[in-house]
Amino acid sequence: MRTKNMRLFTTFGNGSKRNNLLYHDQFIWNKIKSLRNILDGLIPIIIFILIWESIVRLHIVPEYIFPSFSAVMREFYHLTVNGVLLNNLASSLFRVLAGFLLGSMAGIMMGTVMGCKEIMNRSFNPIFSLLYPIPTLGWAPLLMIWIGINEMLPIILIFLCSFFPVLYNTITGIRSVDSDVIKAASTLGASDRKILTSIILPLAVPNIFTGLRLEAGMAWRVVIAAEMVAIPTGIGALLIRSESLLRVDIIIVCLMVLSVMCLVFERFFQYVETKMTKEWR
Amino acid sequence: MPDIELKNIRNYVFNGLNMEIFDKELLVVIGQNGAGKSTLLNIIAGLVEYEGSVLFDGVSVNRMLTDKRRVGYLFQNLALFPHLDVASNIGYGPAVNGIGKKNIEQRVDELLRLMKIEHLRDRYPKNLSGGERQRVALARSLAVSPRVLLLDEPFSSLDTVMCSCIRQEIKKIHKGLGITTVLVTHDMAEAEEMGDRIVTMNGGEVHEVADLQPEHGCSGCAIDCHCKR
Repeated sequence: MRTKNMRLFTTFGNGSKRNNLLYHDQFIWNKIKSLRNILDGLIPIIIFILIWESIVRLHIVPEYIFPSFSAVMREFYHLTVNGVLLNNLASSLFRVLAGFLLGSMAGIMMGTVMGCKEIMNRSFNPIFSLLYPIPTLGWAPLLMIWIGINEMLPIILIFLCSFFPVLYNTITGIRSVDSDVIKAASTLGASDRKILTSIILPLAVPNIFTGLRLEAGMAWRVVIAAEMVAIPTGIGALLIRSESLLRVDIIIVCLMVLSVMCLVFERFFQYVETKMTKEWR
Repeated sequence: MPDIELKNIRNYVFNGLNMEIFDKELLVVIGQNGAGKSTLLNIIAGLVEYEGSVLFDGVSVNRMLTDKRRVGYLFQNLALFPHLDVASNIGYGPAVNGIGKKNIEQRVDELLRLMKIEHLRDRYPKNLSGGERQRVALARSLAVSPRVLLLDEPFSSLDTVMCSCIRQEIKKIHKGLGITTVLVTHDMAEAEEMGDRIVTMNGGEVHEVADLQPEHGCSGCAIDCHCKR
């Protein structure tokens, strides 16, 4: 690249023309680099798919146990066209969004209070420390008795699985703000509330987003488990129905959709976090 | 009348500290680590708890919270807001004090010019050098038109050349704006170069006061101290 640029410098006399060409050169080089990065990630996937397809085509394993990639894609197309996949995905997505939003908001609010007020931290930390280690699905039997098997069950489970990590990450984020920065804001005339909204929370954003990113994937795992156990709709329910019908192709389609949704959620939060903090981090 | 008076200050460092800081003077507080220099600044700013009285122009500010005391504080680690660019860092004080957007912009421009950092307006603290950060932090503390400027070892993180340069600028700004200034340091040469008076502290007590401006007279010194002329 350096030699290419040097060559352009010596070839053209006009400064702006030369700069334009340099930027153009740099732009193309960056494009090639990012394309190469994508290819580096894609090649193993393509090889994996080829091996998968070959194993089935060569009858190494029976197709009803392990369908080929093309058969899975055909089933994916059918399920999408007849609306089964989208309806179930919409049910799961609604539960994940509802539980995740409520749990995250509660976690951020409680975490802010506990991070800022020592008395609140001292009061609530013991009980939260006792509740946090309980696996989310461990709550399921109790919740089934208390609220029954209905739409609220997976939402509450996701609420519980989102609340604690976001809570603790918010507390950590708030506590890690440099105390001198807070004092500086105070000497400049900022009230406690202003310091919270303009200094503490923006600086705690990276930690809060770490919690959100971690829990985005976990929320999907929890909703699938809840749907498999108790709820008749959603990707989890479709999975368990397919298992009883020995439809391995549908199971694989569901797992692929689940994987993509986890990835989309995680990447979404990563994108928002980068957008919010890339200038100053 | 002294601009700032500290009467019988007691806390975890001080045990009955008395001190007077005169209007528009540059008072240098010098001492070893743990002498109570930074705590003294924190008491004036209202950032730590204490017993006794702090008076601004003869009026007690004991019940006044930090955000109402109108002090400009340059912290040792500068404490710039990392998520705000230079202009927003400088404009933060006026903004939280309810000053209009146009006036804030004017004030920010003025301070950027004063500190000769107009070209840094849109940069974030992470992209500034030590000297540039120092200037931004100083501009930020001046933005609220403070009645007293507190400088906590402002040259500790700078190299010799930059240190001397910023020293001159602080002196110039102090003379130009006429703000009562308290500067904490542990460097005697720096204290002698900068100060109108030098207060030496040791173990939370005023050990000695040296007046480098004869016009203050001996009566201007703190209680229970010696004067050097």
